[in-house]
Parts: sequence; structure tokens; C-alpha cells
Amino acid sequence: MSQEPYTPPPLPKPFTNTTPQPTLLTQGAEAHLYKTIHLNTNTPAALKIRPSKPYRHPILDRRLTRQRILQEARCLVKLVREGVNVPAVLALDWEGQGGENGNGGAWLLMEWIEGLVVRVVFERWEAFMKAFGGSLSEEELRKEEEKVRGLMRGIGSVVGGLHKAGVIHGDLTTSNLILRTGDVDTGAGESPAMQGDVVLIDFGLAGQSSSEEDRAVDLYVLERAFGSTHPQAEKFFEEVLDGYKDSYKGAAITLKRLQDVRMRGRKRSMIG
Amino acid sequence: MSSTLETINLPHLPSTMPVHVAVYRDVQNAPFLRQQLISGNSDFEYAFIDASMVLSRAHVSSAIFRAVNDYLNERLKSRNVHSEVVFSFSPTNNIADSFRKFGISDSTKDLLVVKVSVTPEITHDSVAAHLAQFVEGSPVPFNDETLSEIADIAKIKKAYKLGALPSAPAGQVNGAGSNDNMRLENSIIGAIALRGAT
Repeated sequence: MSQEPYTPPPLPKPFTNTTPQPTLLTQGAEAHLYKTIHLNTNTPAALKIRPSKPYRHPILDRRLTRQRILQEARCLVKLVREGVNVPAVLALDWEGQGGENGNGGAWLLMEWIEGLVVRVVFERWEAFMKAFGGSLSEEELRKEEEKVRGLMRGIGSVVGGLHKAGVIHGDLTTSNLILRTGDVDTGAGESPAMQGDVVLIDFGLAGQSSSEEDRAVDLYVLERAFGSTHPQAEKFFEEVLDGYKDSYKGAAITLKRLQDVRMRGRKRSMIG
Repeated sequence: MSSTLETINLPHLPSTMPVHVAVYRDVQNAPFLRQQLISGNSDFEYAFIDASMVLSRAHVSSAIFRAVNDYLNERLKSRNVHSEVVFSFSPTNNIADSFRKFGISDSTKDLLVVKVSVTPEITHDSVAAHLAQFVEGSPVPFNDETLSEIADIAKIKKAYKLGALPSAPAGQVNGAGSNDNMRLENSIIGAIALRGAT
């Protein structure tokens, strides 16, 4: 089979005018993510496009696309208002181009968050520890652990802030957390910097809920993500829960519920 | 009178459609300008905004972007792209209400003017000349510094129902208060983007 180079679907209006052209960063089943600019050429921005799905009935397609992009935007705007670290919504089009006859694609333009995804931070740290961990003094080891604990607590408190605001992320993994580091970027052979705000991204599966079950499942998903992607860092996960505990009033109840969720998994039984 | 009309090409919008923005302080003839809008004088097809309701450049640009994008997609809710700019400042769907809150009133002293080049005849020079002839006020540059001097934060917060947000001390642009300012600005821009979502 010949491999044709992948061409993403055409950009919706008005981004056909944009110079320089938005660059495609990643693509998921539901959306394409581009890097572009907004308001002036010096301000980077993230553009999330939900293209229409040709295999769906057009009316259903428009309704689903609209519902989902609005859900995401509403959660983000709410969190910005509440002061939780998430990308701000800069502009939005839930109808996409052409309205009734158009292809139904919708887009969301967001603030660009400069930094490293927490997954990469931990990968670098684990690589560093694997290579040099053995040659570190006790004092240096302690410092390394303290750094990781600090970042873990930061993650816990931003998730706590999210839940406090009445929003559930729905897909908490270390790929959906960005460490806003400013300009500090350490090289490959060094232990990565871990200071900075943790910012939550990708609210494509988010929703508004204040139920302790939903909150506990959010935490459980994150815990499992750590277990499978960062075995070295996993032993510090307690610090996430510790950071979470102090972030809002109902946190203790959620943490208690987390124990039940651990026993049975993410899905509740369908009995009753 | 030196012109401070700024012509801007907003990213994503067609380069053939620049927008022209000017800010005036101590405007003397607001009732006259408002009357031209009410009587539908097509020479005065502008978005006249009460500048005390404007937080920053980003605030203005977001409203313009929303209006022009809706214009390009042929889904204006109001008469033309200029009235739509005023309407786009509003977090709600009530057009009359948006004009009362954000548009020029007889008592407006500080004025923000927006004109979109919807036809090639509308140029920087034509807009600058027309405004210089008819707006009686002192032109000031369209930047965050001037806008923050004019802005009535309490009134802005009320219009966007953001009264609960913390406020930076007046006149403080940087430092401890800048985080609060960003939060207010981003909350407003989000409200503009989400208007009309049901």
C-alpha cells in the first residue's frame, strides 16, 4: 500500500486568511490542534478545530460538534473567572462556516501556554535519575525528591481548584498538564526544572459537576495515568492527594470516595 | 489637530478589510454624534463606544473580531457590521441594552470610534479626515495606558456580571495587580466569545 502524505482538512473561515498559516501540532479523533497567532503577530494562540464528520448525519453532526465545543468553552471561561490556571478562551465559533449548508466544523481559539507538558518533565526526570541517580549524594537525592514532591503538590492543588469551581476534567493525564516554566529549559543531561504554575489543558471531555463520585473518578484516572506512564514518580503520588486535600472544603470526602473507586475501578456497576 | 487614528490588520481577517480605531477625550458633541446614528445618517456609520466601558486594546480587538467574523459568515444580528461591533461588546443578546451600556450616550465624554473597511473606498485617510471634521474632542492614542486611565472598572465589571472578581488598585499596571487585571480581561473576552451560546 502506498503511503500518501497526510493532508489535514482545509482550515475553516477566517483562518484561510491567516499569515503565516497556522501549523498543525497534533490531531486526535475529534479535533485538530494548531498553533497560530491572535490579535497581533506577537501573541501566540492555540486553535482547536473540530472538523465535521462526513459519516454522521449532517444535523446530528452539527448538533454534536456544537454541543461539545460549547461545553469545552463554557468550562474554560468559568475556570478563568474562578482563577483556576487554564488557557483563556480568545474567540469561538460553534457554527463553523456556512451555517446550514456548511461543513459544520467549529473552532476554539485559546491562549497559548508556554511550557512543557508534565509527562515530558517526568520523562526527563526519570531518564536523568536512571543515568545519574546512582552517583548522587544523599543530599542531592533528597533535593531531587523534594522537587518532584513540590510539582506533585502543585498538580494536586490545581486539580483541587478545578473541582472547587464545579468542573470535572474527564481526562486527567500528565499529557494534559503543562508546567508553565517561563524561559527555563534545561538540557537533556540535566534534571528538569519543576518550578512554575501547573496549567490544565484539553477540556474536550470536561463537564460541570460537583458530585464526589465524578471528582474521585477524575483523581483515579490521574492516579492510573501516573502508574502506567511514570513508574519512578508514582511513589510520590500521595503528594498530589496532599496538595488536593487543602484546596477546598469537600476535598476530604472526595478522597474518601477515591478509596471506593480504587476498589472497583472507574465504572460503577450497572446494578440498580 | 494631529490624527491618532490607528489602522489595524487583525490576524485571521482578510487583509483587504483593515479596521480603523480612534480614541477621543473630552468630547463636546456626543449628542450630535448620537443623533446621526439614530437618524441613520449613512455618513456616520461608525461604532461609537463609550470609552469608559473599555478595559484594554485586547478587549476592543476581541469585540471587533467577533463582529467581523460574524459579518464574514453572514450572521449579523444587528443592522450592519458597525452596530454589530457595539453589540459584540455585550455579554447578552439584547441589542438595545448593549447600545445603552456600551454605545455613545449624550453624556459621553470619552469616545472610542471603530470603522471597518467594508468597501475599498473606506481608507485610513478618508476616515481620519471625516472624524477630524466632525468629532469635537482631543484625540489620544489607542493604547492600554490611555484606556486604563479612562476605564470605569466598577461599571465594566457590573456590565459583565463580574463583580466578584478581585480588583487591582487603580492605576497599577504591573506588579501584584497584573494577575487580577489579566483575569478580568480574560473573563470579559471569554464572555464576548460565548455570547449567544445556548
